[in-house]
Amino acid sequence: MAAKGYIDILKKPLVDENPITLQILGICSALAVTSSLSVTLVMCVALTSVLTFSNLFISLIRNYIPSSVRIIVQMTIIASLVIVVDELLKAYDYETSKKLSVFVGLIITNCIVMGRAEAFAMKEQPLPSLMDGIGNGLGYSFILIVVAIIRELFGAGTLMGMEILPLTTNGGWYPANNLLLLPPSSFIIIGLMIWIIREFKTDQVEVNEFKLAKHDLSPNLVKGEVNV
Amino acid sequence: MKESVLRTLLVSFVVCLVCSLVVSYSAVSLRDAQEINKLNDKRSKILQAAGIFDETIPVEEQFTKLEQKFIDFSNGQLLEYIDGLDLSTYDPVEYSKKSGFSESINSDEDIAILKSQELFGKIYILRNEDESINKIILPVRGYGLWGTLFGFISLGSDLNTIEGLEFYEHKETPGLGGEVDNPNWKKIWKGKKVYDISNMVGIEVIKGKPVASDKNIAYKVDGLSGATITSKGVTNMMQYWFGDNGYKSALENLNNGS
Repeated sequence: MAAKGYIDILKKPLVDENPITLQILGICSALAVTSSLSVTLVMCVALTSVLTFSNLFISLIRNYIPSSVRIIVQMTIIASLVIVVDELLKAYDYETSKKLSVFVGLIITNCIVMGRAEAFAMKEQPLPSLMDGIGNGLGYSFILIVVAIIRELFGAGTLMGMEILPLTTNGGWYPANNLLLLPPSSFIIIGLMIWIIREFKTDQVEVNEFKLAKHDLSPNLVKGEVNV
Repeated sequence: MKESVLRTLLVSFVVCLVCSLVVSYSAVSLRDAQEINKLNDKRSKILQAAGIFDETIPVEEQFTKLEQKFIDFSNGQLLEYIDGLDLSTYDPVEYSKKSGFSESINSDEDIAILKSQELFGKIYILRNEDESINKIILPVRGYGLWGTLFGFISLGSDLNTIEGLEFYEHKETPGLGGEVDNPNWKKIWKGKKVYDISNMVGIEVIKGKPVASDKNIAYKVDGLSGATITSKGVTNMMQYWFGDNGYKSALENLNNGS
């Protein structure tokens, strides 16, 4: 494949096929870890590396995996990578690993990793799979970082723990928005982002599966349909 | 060929073998670094409980400010040396299950559900310049909802007023029992008293905010909502460790100046 092909694979998941805003995968961790930017960054690195290597290894052995056990083989590889990442975090960034607690372990169940393994790595060559892993990891990171910046800046008045907006509780002028520190706020932010992206990329808008019927002022009801 | 039973078994076996090798290699090779992190984390919790933690100074350096002492739970004496034990590396939790160094607890006394207790504890003392006690930091532990909570509690110079409480390890539900780590909750412990007028352990985690008119307000801590069992576990932990099996006699000895 030409170099342009690889770059395309890398670029596509950033906005056009973003795992969170288009595929709506991996929402759980996006809600949970985005209340502070530094924690989010570590989570993004962890997920991107797991995704990249799981795609690479699964693609390398894809021709040997019998289809009857393919899911469990993928899970084994993903789980092992997650454990390695978790051990590395505990050894080199203990503070953040304590804050991330269960969410690093939960990368195992992150739909993006399984989704990309099943949809891409099982069919494609190792190198494109590697690119796809990096691309989707970056797509995930992009959304998470935006959400984390909004949440930390307006929720706590800080970025990376440094004070940007002085809070009223510390004698400043900015009254913190506590809702932004709670997980539901990232649900709202991600929803707004999906809306904005689809305003510009109209091809992402899904076709309605059904349409509400027009309200009829004088419905011609059969007797059995009226429950009076 | 790809789908035969033998092939399936072979591929599964090889994948499992390779993955387990990778996992065990990373676990073993990183263990030392993780142990150091754990120790430093625990030490920083001791310093935080004492209220003297400074992020800008390395933990090891700050930790030298604290004096360490063995405590003999049988008579409440503070000791510098015990045969066969090294004060600087002694971990009471590790020794709480070792034969010869521990004792099982009668089930009717075992309110913190520890099963067995070490014979010798280890406490930390922060002294003023004139050698009088400024703060004393005591390790405490007890069962919550999902597992044992491990922490440190510090008392002021009267050996009764709580100065701080920190947990360094627990398995409570994040957002509910896990709120024992919430700074706002830990803050309300400061200034509470452990022993009441009749010298019994009065400190207690209760449901709801203690009312200002309550004459026992100094012994009552507003519990964590949605975490009744964790809150109860913390109460039991305090009852146990400040009771007769715990630090009570040692604190009395210290108060009497011996």
